[in-house]
Amino acid sequence: MSILVENISKHFGQFQALDQVNLVVPDGKLIALLGPSGSGKSTLLRAIAGLESPDSGAIWINGQNMTHLDVQHRQIGFVFQHYALFKHLTVRQNIAFGLEIRRIKAAEIRTRVNELLDLIQLQGLGDRYPNQLSGGQRQRVALARALAVQPNVLLLDEPFGALDAQVRKDLRLWLRNLHHEVNLTSVFVTHDQEEALEVADQIVVMNCGKIEQVGTPQEIYETPATPFVMQFVGEVNVLPSVVAQDHRQERSPIFVRPHAVKIHSQPTPASLTATITDILHRGWDVHLKLQLSDRTPLTAHINRDQWADLNFKTGQCVQIELSEIKAFAPSKQHLNF
Amino acid sequence: MVRPLTKCWPRLADRSKSRGSKPLHCIGLEWFSVFFSVIFQFEILVLNLVNVPMLNVDVMNGSAEVQRSRWSWPWVITLTYLSVMLLLPAIALIQKSLSLGWAEVWRIATDPVAVSAYNVTFLTALAAAAVNGVMGTLIAWVLVRYSFPGRKVIDAVVDLPFALPTAVAGLALATLYSDRGWIGQWVAPLGIKIAFTRTGVFVAMLFISLPFIVRTLQPVLQELEPEIEAAARSLGATPWQIFHRIILPPLIPPILTGVALGFSRAVGEYGSVVLISSSIPFQDLIAPVLVFQRLEQYDYAGATVIGTVLLLGSLTALLVINRLQQWGRRYAIR
Repeated sequence: MSILVENISKHFGQFQALDQVNLVVPDGKLIALLGPSGSGKSTLLRAIAGLESPDSGAIWINGQNMTHLDVQHRQIGFVFQHYALFKHLTVRQNIAFGLEIRRIKAAEIRTRVNELLDLIQLQGLGDRYPNQLSGGQRQRVALARALAVQPNVLLLDEPFGALDAQVRKDLRLWLRNLHHEVNLTSVFVTHDQEEALEVADQIVVMNCGKIEQVGTPQEIYETPATPFVMQFVGEVNVLPSVVAQDHRQERSPIFVRPHAVKIHSQPTPASLTATITDILHRGWDVHLKLQLSDRTPLTAHINRDQWADLNFKTGQCVQIELSEIKAFAPSKQHLNF
Repeated sequence: MVRPLTKCWPRLADRSKSRGSKPLHCIGLEWFSVFFSVIFQFEILVLNLVNVPMLNVDVMNGSAEVQRSRWSWPWVITLTYLSVMLLLPAIALIQKSLSLGWAEVWRIATDPVAVSAYNVTFLTALAAAAVNGVMGTLIAWVLVRYSFPGRKVIDAVVDLPFALPTAVAGLALATLYSDRGWIGQWVAPLGIKIAFTRTGVFVAMLFISLPFIVRTLQPVLQELEPEIEAAARSLGATPWQIFHRIILPPLIPPILTGVALGFSRAVGEYGSVVLISSSIPFQDLIAPVLVFQRLEQYDYAGATVIGTVLLLGSLTALLVINRLQQWGRRYAIR
């Protein structure tokens, strides 16, 4: 079921959480709403769910106008960051809750709950209480509970936010596989770009209540539409334009990814002099902290092979060459040199 | 002869004047107040011993290390203090009453006046605690969930029965509910008498037990995640279904705790009840006042036996409620 968000705005007092947001979520896709805290991503998700009512605009789910419908009647599944499980009910009772509300026959509920326990791989733990489960298990129960009512869309608010790093990695891969299995239109909110890039079919980057860019993970990383997207997704060096040594009129900054900073020991026609201030060994990657002659800091990522060839030391002067430079006109138009 | 202690509060002033001529009277009063504070504290102690997580705080999940050494100094000090302050007086009380011999204890304890006093005390206290179980829950809910001007003031006023000397509370209630009082004058024409009847005792017990329920429930309500309700709503639950299937079940144990505390406080209450009841046997005489009357007649044995019955009655009630609570908290246990 597709979701259509039409011109949604929402204020909280003086704070504009959403500003004229338009978005289409195609049927069966897994979409990430990515942005820093306060960017409006959670508010947008809650507006789609019906947990927040927008000041203006409309929400359509599967061609039906849901704007003035209560969350009870939207037939959505919602997963919360802190699980929001019913602590006084067992895993089975939690999953069955939505079905019991719908007055489905007990035998049918039992079958459905068993199916869902299989799906979340917690077959033996149905009679435990939420307090007896780990964080990852709790979140899977929350997911099963949301899926039990066969929702039109699945909405997840920072679903991995409260989990340990390792559990988080496992669970997000699991979620991606699950999505391929059930093929349910899903939207999840995250502030973690890595998570968005890894899990989502499409990423919606948000900032200050507005959508900055919508695209596949590849598009978002390779052709960012705005300086914000460039800086928020992936690491990037921001340099004052004087360093670029071209004849552009504006003094807007230029952007260079750390992997696009090439290091040479000998000067080349386009090279700049820089000093190595620090060297970080990050497994296969080696991160070099550099400083240009005007004290502008810069980071370069090289791999271990290149590192072995060059073998620099802290404090050494090197020649750097910037490639794949990106700049944005003040109108935020995308320019690619 | 059993003499009603006081018929109405203005007469108490005369009594206090004559007190100087009866020094024993004062001794009796002190003995009495120590005696009842012991009963009350002992109940609280037992309540805590039987049911460690009295509030809904997750003690089970806490990371506090369990001390292995039984004889560490905090343990010794705690045990000594509790024994001297709580256990010893209670044991002394029971021992003194048992020294009379079983037959005598039974005769005093089952005296018709005493039995009717137990009835009035325990039933009225139970009714007051039960009503406050509902009203206190509602008040705590409003104080936690609603924001309105004067909320902080009302929040502070809830503690008034804690802070007010109980005799002052009794005076205030008698002013309100006597036949010419602010409230009493409106219900008197309808044939309802509040002051100097069992209704008056009930009102006084309502007053003093209210803060126990509110204060027990407030922290629990503050910890309730609003997301739980949002989750239930997203699953299609109506407000009523959310209330009775999601919100209420986890609140039952703390409500029972509050009711138990309020109940034991109401059973031990003396100061306010004595001023708003006529203390006539078989009508509105409560057991603590009966104890005091026995003391006035220098009948220390009688006072001790009735006191012991009160103590055992409260303890039994508390233990029953604690069993219920543990059952209600079964899901919190790892």
